[in-house]
Amino acid sequence: MLEDLFSKVKTRASYDKPRAQKGKMSIPENLMFKCPRCGKVEFMDAFLLGNKVCPNCGYHARLTAQERIEQIADNFTFIEYDKHMKSLDPIDFPGYPEKVYHLRRKTGLRDAVITGECTVMGSPCAIGVMDTRFMMASMGSVVGEKITRLFEQAESRRLPVVLFTASGGARMQEGIISLMQMAKTSGAVGRHSKQGLLYITVLTDPTTGGVTASFASLGDIIIAEPKTLVGFAGRRVIEGTIKQRLPEDFQSAEFAQEHGFVDLIVERSAMRKTISQLLKLHQTGGANNGKDSLG
Amino acid sequence: MAKTAWDRMQIIREKNRPTVRDYLPLVFENFIELHGDRFYGDDAAILGGIGTLDGQPVTVLAQVKGRDLKENQQTNFSMPHPEGYRKALRLAKQAEKFHRPVVCLIDTPGAFCGIGAEERGQGEAIARNLMEFMQLETPVISIVLGEGGSGGALALGVCDELAMMQNAIYSVISPRGFASILWKDPSREKEAANIMRITAEDLVEFGVAETIIPEPDGGAHIDPEAAAEAIRQYISETIPKYMKIPIAKLLENRYYKFRKVGVFTEQKGVNPL
Repeated sequence: MLEDLFSKVKTRASYDKPRAQKGKMSIPENLMFKCPRCGKVEFMDAFLLGNKVCPNCGYHARLTAQERIEQIADNFTFIEYDKHMKSLDPIDFPGYPEKVYHLRRKTGLRDAVITGECTVMGSPCAIGVMDTRFMMASMGSVVGEKITRLFEQAESRRLPVVLFTASGGARMQEGIISLMQMAKTSGAVGRHSKQGLLYITVLTDPTTGGVTASFASLGDIIIAEPKTLVGFAGRRVIEGTIKQRLPEDFQSAEFAQEHGFVDLIVERSAMRKTISQLLKLHQTGGANNGKDSLG
Repeated sequence: MAKTAWDRMQIIREKNRPTVRDYLPLVFENFIELHGDRFYGDDAAILGGIGTLDGQPVTVLAQVKGRDLKENQQTNFSMPHPEGYRKALRLAKQAEKFHRPVVCLIDTPGAFCGIGAEERGQGEAIARNLMEFMQLETPVISIVLGEGGSGGALALGVCDELAMMQNAIYSVISPRGFASILWKDPSREKEAANIMRITAEDLVEFGVAETIIPEPDGGAHIDPEAAAEAIRQYISETIPKYMKIPIAKLLENRYYKFRKVGVFTEQKGVNPL
């Protein structure tokens, strides 16, 4: 609380400072929004009210995990799991603990995923949301463990899982331990699935590398936000291998759908309703069919 | 003095280091190669087939390093495409049907990064293998022969027991890739190799690998037959152990083999700094 007060004072001070910008119109940062894709300047209010979607071209800006949960979960229903889990430094990689420490302070996150449970338009589910602000949401021990526990918890509570993925891949700073999280999470998805429980993946920008090659590709139903980057290898790596430029839409959600790897592309404004509809369609059948209804 | 990761990388890059093509006739008998994923094609980077060892039929799945440029062009330098992983899964499922143990021989810098691989779902193919091998109702043993690179190696690495050849390495990304991404300087490959903890001993210490298969002094290429005999002996001793375990128990153990890997704290408020 006391801290908040100080940070506010600081913001105000820097805000009042006249910025030297030669010949440029100075636009206060929080009044207008300039779309990085279409370049059009819009009122920030319009952008924010549309859940960070450009009112002009439909560009979906990345959301923080908190913003995503606010948008998807029914008010006051989200209960967070494993809130205090933090990574250590398994291979003694120089600078890694410092980097993680500063990101914790900066983002308020403990690592790159928030997990928990909530209801979506009345339907209960386990939910996980990855956040790219934290080391590009790379998967190390904490992401692997929290996602594994999410599926295990959902399995024992007989809940469907809705997972918003985003990641640059495995967290190299944790060495081989991070690679093993791919097997661990995929194993947990498999056990949850065997119980006849539903898993919905929502691919958000960017979903790549070891996360694409594990739980992100294993949903019963795979949704993507429009124009989301979805792929295994990085664009520059592929360009380096084949020595030519790749087309603009390569590895977009639309590309993935065209090649059969995405069920549906859903705009952010329709996401909550779509998820709720899918959850309701699965309230009978599978694990919820008859004999074991006490769960 | 134990060899550093970098020393070992020189050994596994040795031109005459035996590949699966050298080991196959020395380790297995009656081997018959089987081809194709039944969806798209046949990927020469992954070899699959059935052979016997001590009279026991086993399914062999292996990544194929070439011994010369021509072979390497055929096998794409041992970098599989999705259809390679799908072939491996098809043959693993076939092994499950006949309750035949599966032996995976890992030797790849990683899954191939290219347009076709992306179009055909490289990520999906690897993910599917991880999930399905975890539930495969027959014993699976994996051995890293030389290079175990990233998800492309792990797709044949979900197993009941992982063995490393003494000089083999297994890593989340190649040391060169590690240096180029984290330090923006691929020439620091050697330094990366030595801090990444990728040797057989490191992996045993992390609980990722269970066994180290000894190589002749100086490396497997000094005496390929002795190296093959060590592999044969290891498989021969290990398979019966796992064939005896009831399937439910086997799968539970396999899940916890991976489930336990992770380094984190749940202490509130405390920061390691």
